[in-house]
Amino acid sequence: MVSIKELSKEEYLLKGHIACAGCGPAISLRLLFKALGNKVILVVPACCSSVIPGPYPFTSFAVPVQNMLFEATGATASGVVAALRQRDIKDVTVVGWAGDGGTFDIGIQALSGAAERETDFIYICYDNEAYGNTGVQRSGATPYGAWTTTTPTGKKERKKDIAFIMAAHRIPYIATACPSYPIDFIEKIRKAKEIKGTKFIHILAPCPTGWRYDTSKTVEMGRLAVRTGVWTLFEIEHGKFKLNPPSSRLIDRAKRKPVKEYLTLQGRFRKLTEVDIEKTQKWVDEDWERYRKLASNQ
Amino acid sequence: MSSSAKTRKEKPITTLSSPTVGVDKTGFWRTFRPEVDGSKCTRCTLCWIYCPDGAITREEDDSPKIDYDYCKGCGICANECPVKAITMVREGE
Amino acid sequence: MAQTVIDTANHIVAYAAKAARVQVIAAYPITPQTSIVERIAELVESGELNAEYIRVESEHSAMAACIGAAAAGVRTFTATSAHGLVLMHEALHWASGSRLPIVMPVVNRTLGPGWNIWADYTDSLSQRDTGWIQFYCADNQEVFDTTIQAYKLCEDERILLPVMVCLEAFILSHTYMPVKIPAQEKIDEFLPPYKPKWFLDVDNPFSLANIVTPEYYMEFRYMLQEAMENAKQLIPEIDKEYGKFSGFEHGGLVEKYKCEDADLILLTMGTMGTEAKIAVDNLRNEGLKVGVARVRVFRPFPKEEIRKLAENAQMLAVIDRGISFGMEGFLAEETKASLYDQKNQPLIAGFIAGLGGRDVTFKTIGKIAKKSSEWMRAGRVEKETVWVDLRE
Repeated sequence: MVSIKELSKEEYLLKGHIACAGCGPAISLRLLFKALGNKVILVVPACCSSVIPGPYPFTSFAVPVQNMLFEATGATASGVVAALRQRDIKDVTVVGWAGDGGTFDIGIQALSGAAERETDFIYICYDNEAYGNTGVQRSGATPYGAWTTTTPTGKKERKKDIAFIMAAHRIPYIATACPSYPIDFIEKIRKAKEIKGTKFIHILAPCPTGWRYDTSKTVEMGRLAVRTGVWTLFEIEHGKFKLNPPSSRLIDRAKRKPVKEYLTLQGRFRKLTEVDIEKTQKWVDEDWERYRKLASNQ
Repeated sequence: MSSSAKTRKEKPITTLSSPTVGVDKTGFWRTFRPEVDGSKCTRCTLCWIYCPDGAITREEDDSPKIDYDYCKGCGICANECPVKAITMVREGE
Repeated sequence: MAQTVIDTANHIVAYAAKAARVQVIAAYPITPQTSIVERIAELVESGELNAEYIRVESEHSAMAACIGAAAAGVRTFTATSAHGLVLMHEALHWASGSRLPIVMPVVNRTLGPGWNIWADYTDSLSQRDTGWIQFYCADNQEVFDTTIQAYKLCEDERILLPVMVCLEAFILSHTYMPVKIPAQEKIDEFLPPYKPKWFLDVDNPFSLANIVTPEYYMEFRYMLQEAMENAKQLIPEIDKEYGKFSGFEHGGLVEKYKCEDADLILLTMGTMGTEAKIAVDNLRNEGLKVGVARVRVFRPFPKEEIRKLAENAQMLAVIDRGISFGMEGFLAEETKASLYDQKNQPLIAGFIAGLGGRDVTFKTIGKIAKKSSEWMRAGRVEKETVWVDLRE
């Protein structure tokens, strides 16, 4: 296991970028580069990360970046990967870096196609559970009950289970991560780099702007998501499901904090009723029952 | 290449943007300023890894140094410091 | 050694891709383009063409993959038609704005509803403002030659714009014709390997296509327009240079046939230009001084050439296989716009013909020419836009 102190001091998301204060995706980007260094080509669709690095003629990204159309990350990365193969470049990792809207919604077709073609790249969805860049609108990743500007009384539907949608593509590696757990995050990305084929990493990236909490609480919010079981750290490696710490220690429901602790800290869940909270708790518990079975089957 | 171009002719034909430190002087966004108490700091480097803005650098001895030109004052470092060595102080105080 | 093959334009397109040594192909099948990608698949899998072939899940993704590949520094190819092309629309703008030299044969098929797989130019002409250079071909030979020429053109530093090579569904795509393919070493000499000035490179990192503010945006559009103007100069030069070793020239921007002394010039595009030549020969036998000008390049639009043609002609009869709804035929529109404020204004009549694959033969064109010459003699165009062979 790597330790934080062993990580490189080099930064490839440069100071002066214009992410909101306390931005979870920005922490995630720094961790991405801590994991991979700069032998990386990023494909970035329309999302917060197309704004974060700032406008022409400058950029805060110190690696090559193809900014791309919203729905086209998987396809564009396919083109980059093919070109690198033609040019016989073997030491560069292609990373699709897309938000939840660009992954769950408009970009799911191109992602699915790239995965089915076994494109050799890492697709990372940094999920802040809404269209953050456009001012917090509902996406397929927005959880039940959450306020967004297009669900002013709270979203009435549940979030898609994107990691398992990707698992159904039978790709060799799927993992979830959260910047609150940097070592787990970095190790998963490094592992993904070594595996040939399509790797999908789903990151919960708390967003103070969209979730309505104090900017200082971003890391805490991710930690709470994991401790309540709302977010689960796992890997599906060549079809094998495995829970990772600390989620692996939370199979017993008594070990998990009540979801209420997570929900009530965020302004976006302010309109949730007790019934809604119970519903959410029930769904989380059902997910965990599924994880327990999957983990014990391996 | 693009940053120094003065005329259109010197510019690239499409939006090729160069990596640059300081796209914006984001320190101006700050309302609260993190201050590190070196005597409490254990050099755990958690504040460094969690800073969204890369505004905390690690010194030789792994103690944190805050770059106030870019720190947006989000307060994550203070919130995460396990020994409460960082406090947030209102700017101007 | 040069060889003559007898094959369909679609297969010829695949051979042109091979001869151009394309490195990445990303394409999605659509009737009537399918036999292009089928033949390419065979060429790639047999090892005859050393390229990556990405079998994408949509045309939008085809263009996105081409953008990724071209930005990563390789020669890139795709082909599509009709609904596939219009699905790409958003990515077409992204490709030209990124100044990426992608070549895309477009098998011209009309758009639904209802489903119609036959030829007209609605698909590509509705993409005229995407910043792509557009060629329109009249036969299979021109399809081959133009595809090779397109790479030479688009990779030139003065251009760096993507190119559509348009060919009509079935009339060309599935029709066997003899085509002379020049020796590979001649093609290689004409078209050396692609050496991009910049590409996605970890040793020289930059961001492509990030946010651009009003402060900078307009200059990029101006430079794109400049490149289009440059293409007007370069296209005839490249056509000539290619002709030196291939034996074929295709008229540069506008192919002219018996226009020198013509009172009436038929102005059209693609295979209608070929049919029009037969019509012209017939009408000349009847004593009518008529010629045909086939607009080979629609973007950039050859307005200077059109002006030259108009100087001596009394009338232009513009035959369009497509219409801009609410206005008139695309070519008629551009022709009139080109001639505004010119000293010699010929009469102009527009004819809409052959939509959705309806046959336009030399006989059809003969009728158009006769009607036009009546109006020419009368000194007045009775109807600005005529729908040819329209059922009452």
